[in-house]
Amino acid sequence: MSELSPAQLSLGKRAAQILQDTGMLAALVVLFVACCITVPNFGTLKNFEGILIAVSTVGIISTTMLFCLASGNFDLSVGTLAPCAGVITALVMQKTAKLPWYESFALGTGSAIAFGALVGFINGFVVAVCRINPLITTLATMQMVKGFGLVISDSQSISDYQPAVIKLGSAAFPAFYTPDHMPIFRLTVPVWICFACFALFGFILNWTTFGRDTLAIGGNEEAARLAGVPVIRTKILIFTIQGIVTAIAGILILARTGAIQQDTSQGLELLVIAACVLGGVSLTGGIGKMSYVIAGVFIMGIVDNAQSLKDIQPPYRYVVSGAILLAAVLFDRFKQKRSA
Amino acid sequence: MTSSPAAPASDLLRFEAVTKTYPGVRALEGVSFSVAAGSVHALLGENGAGKSTLLKTLSGAHLPTSGNLVVDGKPVVFRSTTEALAAGVAVIYQELHLVPHLSVAENLYLGHLPTTVGVIRKSELYDLASRQLQRVGETFHPKTPLYRLSLGQRQMVEIAKALSWGARILAFDEPTSSLSAREITKLFEVIGDLKQQNCAILYVTHRMEEVFRICDAATVLRDGKHVVTYNSLESSSAQPGGKVTHDQIVKAMVGRELADIYAYRPRTPDAAAPPALEIQNLRGAGMKHAVSFKVAPGEILGLFGLVGAGRSETLKVIFGGNRKKQGRILVDGHDSDISNPRRAIHDGVLLCPEDRKKEGIVPVRSVLENINISARHRESLGGVIIRPRWEKQNALKRIKELAVKTPSPAQEIRFLSGGNQQKAILGRWLSEKIRVMLLDEPTRGIDVGAKAEIYNILYSLAERGIGVVVVSSDLPEVMGVSDRILVMREGQIALDVKRGQATPEQILAAALPLGGSAPADSSKGNPS
Repeated sequence: MSELSPAQLSLGKRAAQILQDTGMLAALVVLFVACCITVPNFGTLKNFEGILIAVSTVGIISTTMLFCLASGNFDLSVGTLAPCAGVITALVMQKTAKLPWYESFALGTGSAIAFGALVGFINGFVVAVCRINPLITTLATMQMVKGFGLVISDSQSISDYQPAVIKLGSAAFPAFYTPDHMPIFRLTVPVWICFACFALFGFILNWTTFGRDTLAIGGNEEAARLAGVPVIRTKILIFTIQGIVTAIAGILILARTGAIQQDTSQGLELLVIAACVLGGVSLTGGIGKMSYVIAGVFIMGIVDNAQSLKDIQPPYRYVVSGAILLAAVLFDRFKQKRSA
Repeated sequence: MTSSPAAPASDLLRFEAVTKTYPGVRALEGVSFSVAAGSVHALLGENGAGKSTLLKTLSGAHLPTSGNLVVDGKPVVFRSTTEALAAGVAVIYQELHLVPHLSVAENLYLGHLPTTVGVIRKSELYDLASRQLQRVGETFHPKTPLYRLSLGQRQMVEIAKALSWGARILAFDEPTSSLSAREITKLFEVIGDLKQQNCAILYVTHRMEEVFRICDAATVLRDGKHVVTYNSLESSSAQPGGKVTHDQIVKAMVGRELADIYAYRPRTPDAAAPPALEIQNLRGAGMKHAVSFKVAPGEILGLFGLVGAGRSETLKVIFGGNRKKQGRILVDGHDSDISNPRRAIHDGVLLCPEDRKKEGIVPVRSVLENINISARHRESLGGVIIRPRWEKQNALKRIKELAVKTPSPAQEIRFLSGGNQQKAILGRWLSEKIRVMLLDEPTRGIDVGAKAEIYNILYSLAERGIGVVVVSSDLPEVMGVSDRILVMREGQIALDVKRGQATPEQILAAALPLGGSAPADSSKGNPS
């Protein structure tokens, strides 16, 4: 007996350690397998394609929201900036329809990205230099951007613009078809861009001074400043990049859906923040891992997808998604308490 | 010299074999002693000796694992602060538990406001509050919002609050640590009054001179155990023989001779070379006056003064952490245009800040991250892409060099002890080019063993020809490690002496505000 119990203990400890290390990744795998078994039509390539497309918007924005939250900040303005960037792209392309398609396309997307950068820079400047609470700052810019988008679009949906951008949404590689040209599985551009963001910002977080400074600022801003970390510059950069990436996500919404309206994707900012928090990013800053955020994004996407396959109506889905988020943060809190 | 025997009748409070264990730690082990009514009883000990834990059992924050608290001859059990207050026991903490935006009167009676069906009887409240404030000698109006009061006044409010609950046993946790000399005098008068009113007072402090000034008895704890209780104290100079001296108490606290903590290593600072650091007429945020001084290469300059004398502010301005308003900073004889910490680091001027938790470490990040936080900007490719292998090697090198006790470089730094956190911060700066090392209270909250290690690091820095400035409120420490001592008083330099050229009394006298009361001369017996 006495020989057995320490071994058992170490086994239990090791299991706890594995759970600690893998956390949400393990939860994602379990969820995925469970859905494949229990939800009809879930485990099909066509459905996987749908999930990937569905999560791409939240996925792209969450990569930079990770930086924002990890630095102890917050950005609500993404929720209205993404559709606004789509609106700007569509309108600029309408106005430049006479130019060659690539010039019109470049002008449209370029001005949307520039606008995103500007909004992000303003957020960053006000937060870092004027030292205004990021929640209030981005709440204000969120409203302003929404108003701006409604004004320039006359509160209308825009669908008449340079068709090149639609290609951006539907071009796919690799793409597999049945002999009678029915699509089996495709990876479209928005999904590829989402993957690229995962890789790029995962690299930046772990392998650059900017990424490490971000975590240090979130962990203790004053200590970081007194250790020579360029706090103001880093914060402005975080918000500016967030603006640019959000604008790209907005352009992809337009490309994917073929029409854009300022009032689409309401509550997007909360979905993005929820995915990050589900991925273990600390709201007080200093803690965040890209792999976990990816898991958070996919957990939310899979749960939503499984519910729609089960014909659960959207109002109920809100309740379920909310409950999952609450459960995740409670679990995280419990875990932290045990390790502290 | 003897442990307190079974209680005489006048003992208002008695600890009986109080033991408190936390998972894996025995914070208190069978602590027994008594506090008499109408006396001030000092509770002394190094950090981690168990003083705070003992106060927590008294305030009702924690239940003792075993043992008893006896109040007025009756064993009591406090499950909450309210229960303790109801029994007439109040603990007044360093961080005051007051609500800034409520009035003084509301703060005083929070939790037992005079009400009629939930509505506060305002005029009665103000009457009651004025009476309580008078008891502590304060004259401000009870309607005053608390945030308008000074720290010392707030402490008086806290005492009045305890009295409003009818407290007869009051425990103070380092009450003078952030008070001005005038406020300290006032506090001591109030404590004297409480003594007259037959209250029992338990007084936790690190300042030995206060013990001899106001305390009637003293108990020393070490490593959670009761070491000794002295029932008769006398200023050491008054009567040799029979009475307890400063040195005896310190020895009981530390458990070994004082002199060997510092292990001063003599060296000759390079007086011919340009000073490692020279500041001329420097003034900046938080500094009341312009300050000038020099530090030679290889010299350890001790900067002594009371809290609020402007030492920390001066260091922070030199380091660029606070904004500079006027004056010159020269490093190795060259003008240095320090406007922010980055520039200071670039010029080799480094600061270990006063408040390690708030300004030094990034608690949720690893030891490795905390060591490399600064140097990685120089060591990365193009200042952008970091070199994980270099970072790992550097962290391991510093951990070894400074004997940082950590299971691995990946350990979150918040799990390390204070001494090891401080060593990690030193490791951060050893990874940089150092010309001047500024250290603000480098050994605060650190155990004796780690202190000795930190002193050795300071000596080896000086031996490398680095200019070292050490701010400390611990007079024996300043005298033990410095080659030269500057004393700051109310923002100005009041004294500049070489090692061994001034007595502790002279240094302390220079530090005290002009017109302030003289301290009991007690800081005797320092190595030098």
